[in-house]
Amino acid sequence: MFRSDASKLSLILLMTPFVLWIGLLIVLPQLGIGYISLREKVGPREYELGLANYIDFINEPIYWNTLLRTAWMSILVTALALLVGFPVAYYIAKIAQQRSRAALFLLCLIPLWVSDLVRAFGWIVLLRETGVVSGMLQTAGLISGPVELLYNDVTVVIGLVYTVVLFMIVPLFSTLDGMDNSLLEAGYNLGGSRVTVFRRIVVPYAMPGIVAGCIITFMLTAGSYLTPILLGGKNSSWFTEQIYDQFITRYNWESGATFGVLLLGFTSFVVWLGLRLTGQSLANTVAKE
Amino acid sequence: MDDLQCDGLTKRFGNFTAVNDVSFAVPSGSFFSILGPSGCGKTTLMRMIAGFENPSKGDIKIKGNSVLATPPNKRNVKMVFQHLALFPMMNVGENIAYGLRCRGEPKADIAHKVAAVLERIGLPGVEEKEVAQLSGGQKQRIAIARCMVLEPDVLLLDEPLGALDLKLRERMKIELKLLQHQFDTTFLYITHDQSEALVMSDNVAVMNAGRFEQIGTPQELYHSPASGFVAGFVGDTNRWKGRVVSIADGAAKVQTAAGEIVAAASGEDVAEGVEVDVFVRPEAIELGVPENGNSLRGKVDSLLFNGANSRILVRIADGELIEVNYPVMDGGGGLSAGDDVEIGWARERGRCFAAAR
Amino acid sequence: MNVAAPQSPFLRWVYGGYMFAFFIYLAAPLTAAGVFAFNDSLFPSLPWNGFTLDWFFNDTEPKLGMFYDRRLLRGLEVSLYVGLIVSALSVAAGTCNAFLFERKEFPFKAALHVLMIVPLVIPGVILGISILVFASIVANGVEETMSWDWDMLRPGLFLVILGQFSFLTTITSLVIAARLRKFDIALEEAALNLGATRVRVLATVTLPYLAPAMFSAFVVAFLVSFENFNTTLMLVGSDAPLTITMYDRMVKVGSTPVLNAVSVFLMLGSGLLALLSVVVQRERKQP
Repeated sequence: MFRSDASKLSLILLMTPFVLWIGLLIVLPQLGIGYISLREKVGPREYELGLANYIDFINEPIYWNTLLRTAWMSILVTALALLVGFPVAYYIAKIAQQRSRAALFLLCLIPLWVSDLVRAFGWIVLLRETGVVSGMLQTAGLISGPVELLYNDVTVVIGLVYTVVLFMIVPLFSTLDGMDNSLLEAGYNLGGSRVTVFRRIVVPYAMPGIVAGCIITFMLTAGSYLTPILLGGKNSSWFTEQIYDQFITRYNWESGATFGVLLLGFTSFVVWLGLRLTGQSLANTVAKE
Repeated sequence: MDDLQCDGLTKRFGNFTAVNDVSFAVPSGSFFSILGPSGCGKTTLMRMIAGFENPSKGDIKIKGNSVLATPPNKRNVKMVFQHLALFPMMNVGENIAYGLRCRGEPKADIAHKVAAVLERIGLPGVEEKEVAQLSGGQKQRIAIARCMVLEPDVLLLDEPLGALDLKLRERMKIELKLLQHQFDTTFLYITHDQSEALVMSDNVAVMNAGRFEQIGTPQELYHSPASGFVAGFVGDTNRWKGRVVSIADGAAKVQTAAGEIVAAASGEDVAEGVEVDVFVRPEAIELGVPENGNSLRGKVDSLLFNGANSRILVRIADGELIEVNYPVMDGGGGLSAGDDVEIGWARERGRCFAAAR
Repeated sequence: MNVAAPQSPFLRWVYGGYMFAFFIYLAAPLTAAGVFAFNDSLFPSLPWNGFTLDWFFNDTEPKLGMFYDRRLLRGLEVSLYVGLIVSALSVAAGTCNAFLFERKEFPFKAALHVLMIVPLVIPGVILGISILVFASIVANGVEETMSWDWDMLRPGLFLVILGQFSFLTTITSLVIAARLRKFDIALEEAALNLGATRVRVLATVTLPYLAPAMFSAFVVAFLVSFENFNTTLMLVGSDAPLTITMYDRMVKVGSTPVLNAVSVFLMLGSGLLALLSVVVQRERKQP
């Protein structure tokens, strides 16, 4: 019939951009780095397939230490962001007056629209040796000479939490905002203490938001480049820096691709593990925004 | 001349038959309702007429011509949707002009026709208003005007009063009827509310589980229902289960738990020994024993005051509650809960139908 | 009484203090980046030497303002160019995807839907290198078989656009699909019933309904594209967008107040755009 032909045609027309996009820009390129990572250079323009690049990675402690360090710091940053972000989201969604709620939320979003670069630059202006904090501490007489607050792990973590905390707050806010206060009232009414109500009602209700926030935060942290490099300096040993280094500076695509596959595999594993442990799915967490 | 005619219309979704062999004809200029509980297939039927679903079998004719091959945007049947579906991105005038613009009519004509139809529905000069500024009843009229300006052969209305509050619904019932007279167009109205159907319609089809149980005037449906379903669905009624003891001259003697009663035997399958449902309307039952009627003894359980529709709940011997007309206008007879009463009704006011298996 | 709030005044006070500290934390680096654009000094640091707009409008070294700095301006131009193209493309593709997933049924729909979200959880650096690698595999293939140098597939703006498009489309798809999900299909049926053709229904009913979502998807895509660094860094050629230019400057020259000026410009720009998108959304809700 005419109508089913038209609907088949429109399906094909709508499917085409999707397939081109996902196929050419996501799936094939990922297979591409997978392929390159399995390729070993044995001579000029001569290659062999094999796991040599991965073996190199394992044999070189600097490489896998960097990956471990990135992983561990990312998990730390994610946990801190949750710890810092949850009270904020809860305050805006549940405690703030109806009228100031939108304003507070927008206030939270403003830094979201400012480039990573500007944020990192702001921290540099604040924290470097000749920076604002150092200057203020000297004027206050707390320290005698200029102090370098950049280029250490604490600063990197502070900067990273800053960069990602908003991505934690937004999903948390939207789930908490959907929670009816009468759930809390019922909880207290039935004899729950503040702790049990929080643990048995608020946290389970906010779970999709928590998972979504953690996934996004973790991905952004593990994949971040600017903040660790600018705030951590040359010794930040961040894994994305290694990838950039291999690709652009050393032009060693084979090992760069290997690192890329490892990073992607590792982050995907953590995301999968997180979803698995909390019984959530990608579609109802990340896609909610 | 019939404006709309359906012949053996059937619609199946997989194994489920939503509309099953439905045939009817709507005479020109009449108000025709399809009344049925939700899920009975009435919406599917209407969507087939509008062209949003293709029938699995059967034919739909508008002004005598089959429209099965006509796509929905070419059929001259217009539809008022359940939630009206007024376009929120357009103002009132643009909403009404939409169909005319689609036809490519000249601008001046469009403005003229829009103004004229707004005049006819009693809302002159609201062209520039936004849809959200209108009240529920006004939106209703705009939705009708949007269709009527196209001068359709048939206007379909899909429970348009469902979203209104009770008071407004009562008023809109009358208003819809007046509008239909004024436009002199065939209305096909679907609803699950029997009072809407009874008040407005020239003819009503009662639909159940994909089939038409009965087509008739509101009076026919009310006074001589053709099936137990119709008797139970249209109007308030009491219902007993029983078994036919004997039949004579179309009157069946039925043994119920509360005693023996006589009722008109309706339908061919009422015969001796058959399980039946007996239906008697509350307003047919009075206090006291009528001459040559049925009567039962019972105790007043409670008095339900509701103006002209007031009822006495009487608990009869087997423990069942019966609704009985409560003549409040006569002062109510000084009844109170717990009183022993005798109730009765004329034999021909009760009907029995073979119980559904 | 708000049951969600702490009941003791002390705890409420502590909570309020925490919120205040949090907003200070949020505002501190942005303020620092902003304020020193107006300091009449060669370095973005204390002491405060007085207010100046030189870092925006001065046309001579050493205090060359950002609007006279050729390379920064070129970067801005490239960013605008890339942003507009990539946002338009991703809104178009996102609209198609929204219709595909909200209106159509097809095999493996759930799996493909997950695939649609996946670009959001791939680190930007990896999106960048994978597209770089794939493009050069294709380019090398083309060169070897047809001895034709397909320059487009070497690092440059074309790849930057593809790279940003690859994950922005997920965002636009989600935004537009969320709006389409709320659309009452009866509106389309009503329009058809009133005699409109399918194309007309799309143009007069469905797309106007989607317009605010498409607009905010465009704004979001534009902002994200403008600020993107990680993916762009891997794919950039000789024409660098503003963030890359700024980063180069930061690494090579060190921090100078002109970077603060650029920061102010970026903050104002994104703030205004975001505000515009909020206002448009609200306008649509009013009637």
